[in-house]
Amino acid sequence: MRKFLLATAATLATTAAFADAHSPIKLGVVLGFTGPLESLAPAMAAGAEMAMSEVSDSGMLLDGVMVEPVRADSTCIDAAAATSATERLITGDGVVGIVGADCSGVTGAMLSNVAVPNGIVMISPSATSPGLSTAEDNGLFFRTAPSDARQGVIMTEILMDKGIESVALTYTNNDYGKGLADAFQTAFEEAGGEVTISAAHEDGKADYSAEVGALAAAGGDRLVVAGYVDQGGSGIVRASIDSGAFDTFHFPDGMISQALVDNFGSEIDGSTGQNPGTDSPGAKLYQDMASAADYDGTSPFSAEAYDAAALILLAMQAAGSTDPAAYKDSVMDVANAPGEQILPGELAKGLQILKDGGDIDYVGASAVELIGPGESAGNYREVTFENGELVVVGYR
Amino acid sequence: MEPLNALVSLANFVLIPATAYGAQLALGALGVTLIYGILRFSNFAHGDTMAFGTMAVILTTWGFQAIGISAGPLPTALLALPIGIAVTGLLLLGTDRVVYKFYRTKKAVPVTFVIASLGVMFVMNGLVRFIIGPDDQLFSDGARFLITAGDFKRMTGLDEGMAIKTTQVITVVVAVIVVAILFWFLNRTRTGKSMRAYSDNEDLALLSGINPERVVMYTWLIVAALATIAGTLYGLDKSFKPFTYFQLLLPIFASAIVGGLGSPVGAIAGGFLIAFAEVTITYPLKKVLGYLMPEALEPDGLIQLLSTDYKFAVSFVILIIVLLFRPTGLFAGKSV
Repeated sequence: MRKFLLATAATLATTAAFADAHSPIKLGVVLGFTGPLESLAPAMAAGAEMAMSEVSDSGMLLDGVMVEPVRADSTCIDAAAATSATERLITGDGVVGIVGADCSGVTGAMLSNVAVPNGIVMISPSATSPGLSTAEDNGLFFRTAPSDARQGVIMTEILMDKGIESVALTYTNNDYGKGLADAFQTAFEEAGGEVTISAAHEDGKADYSAEVGALAAAGGDRLVVAGYVDQGGSGIVRASIDSGAFDTFHFPDGMISQALVDNFGSEIDGSTGQNPGTDSPGAKLYQDMASAADYDGTSPFSAEAYDAAALILLAMQAAGSTDPAAYKDSVMDVANAPGEQILPGELAKGLQILKDGGDIDYVGASAVELIGPGESAGNYREVTFENGELVVVGYR
Repeated sequence: MEPLNALVSLANFVLIPATAYGAQLALGALGVTLIYGILRFSNFAHGDTMAFGTMAVILTTWGFQAIGISAGPLPTALLALPIGIAVTGLLLLGTDRVVYKFYRTKKAVPVTFVIASLGVMFVMNGLVRFIIGPDDQLFSDGARFLITAGDFKRMTGLDEGMAIKTTQVITVVVAVIVVAILFWFLNRTRTGKSMRAYSDNEDLALLSGINPERVVMYTWLIVAALATIAGTLYGLDKSFKPFTYFQLLLPIFASAIVGGLGSPVGAIAGGFLIAFAEVTITYPLKKVLGYLMPEALEPDGLIQLLSTDYKFAVSFVILIIVLLFRPTGLFAGKSV
């Protein structure tokens, strides 16, 4: 028995030694392939995996190291399932970095229960809760999505520019809704506005007359709906229009989608909103690359997922190591100025510059600029609704 | 004018929506209560039966629209109701034959039926999603409003608007008709009387020559009609989404239990009680009082008894109070 153990250990040691040079490294892609965000997960995973194959094909990463994606299901809502899936990726598959997760709640759980104890870098493409900015992360956690604290400020600017200083606010009763509502209320009141009421609504419920009654009684020039378009958010909007409580709204990112226009058409004319988006050349480039690869690059957070994977790989090149403890410090360096700007599809160029000892400023598909505790500064698209169409007004 | 404004505001945000919601709950609770009274178990599959019935109506409606049949200003779905009811009736009779009959002949205890109905619920749940998908479906057509908030303001010159939706009026009218027919059927017809006899005392009913299988069959057919109508009215008024119908189960059961399980009058009273409680207790009186009080006394705060977060707690508190003091419900149904 003892000999057998020794032999196994010896074999393992030699394989590991060989592995260092040429065996592929693995990156985890932990997204909610089932659950409330299951419609977004495929395009996000495709984005992350496209960046990985681009790097593998270039053969430039640390003298030809290949990158393999390993998918796992975060479920978006079940923290225990997400934690054990991540645990398996790290101990079983031996991933050296993780793109994920998607929803704020599970991301926080994965970070504190698995990533930090194991010292693995996590870059989330879509967790936006302000709470994650202050999470204990040992410098291992980044996100290519902006914090909702930022969105609260942008919303305030849009509304103030329109001269709207009194609003009623309703939010979906979860981490996202509550976080965004609080961030917005703080920013709006600081700017001198008034939030007449901040009322939660539960998703998927039978009847929203009580909520709309309360919102209407409190009054306000506009109703801010921090909810989900295919959940309670639309129910609130429908009941508000029908009862004449509000006829214009302001929609944050969870509400902006084609479904909103399909549901309400010209009934919400004059409403405003914003969601993450950029008019940088990278966005267009990425969408073309996505179409060529046969998936929808305009799908929310798909570009951010591409950038998350690209950042991990570029940071490895800059640090000259696939060890998370080494490359975690390079993430901010490759993401921000100074250096040569790198767009999607130019990862090979970026790797080459880093190899030659140069500096890069990764712009990527979503105009990445990491600030503060390693989160995207945030670029938002301001939209209005006119004649039953969603119109992009500008970018902030 | 001020008291009128207060009244209109209250009507628009409390009375009208709560009445429509109450009628929808009452119809749902009637179905639950009939099954409890006659077949003697709590049917957890009722919410998904409503979803199935509504789905059948929606598919028929789309068929009608495709060949150009419409009901003018009324929703086409009303024309599609009979077909939806027939399809749902067949499904329920089939379920009874395959599942419940087995336990009935074995004289299983009620809790076995409840668990079996839970299984049926999951199957129907999947069936509906499989056929029409999990997404929202809008199927109301015809005129949306009898009077919109804006028109009302223009007509009356008041500051407050009052909107009355066609679907709200249809809901209440159809509910009244259905309840009238149901009570006539239960009290006046031979089949109805035999159903009540079977419900009151199964052994005596069997001794006096009532055919139990016939009673069971009629019960399922009536339940199919009630569930399909309740589901369709709800879907017309709001929108159709399978998950929401599953969630409806909770307020429906609360209504049926508060009113007294097994008592049709109780189901109707319970439905309205739950609906009004949910909407009124969380309604901020700021605006209404603002109109009624003299300027100096106008309230600054919202004057809200409970935040809307606690809306669902309200139904359960009522449920607990009723069960504590009248375990058989308001209208003396069977003890739970």
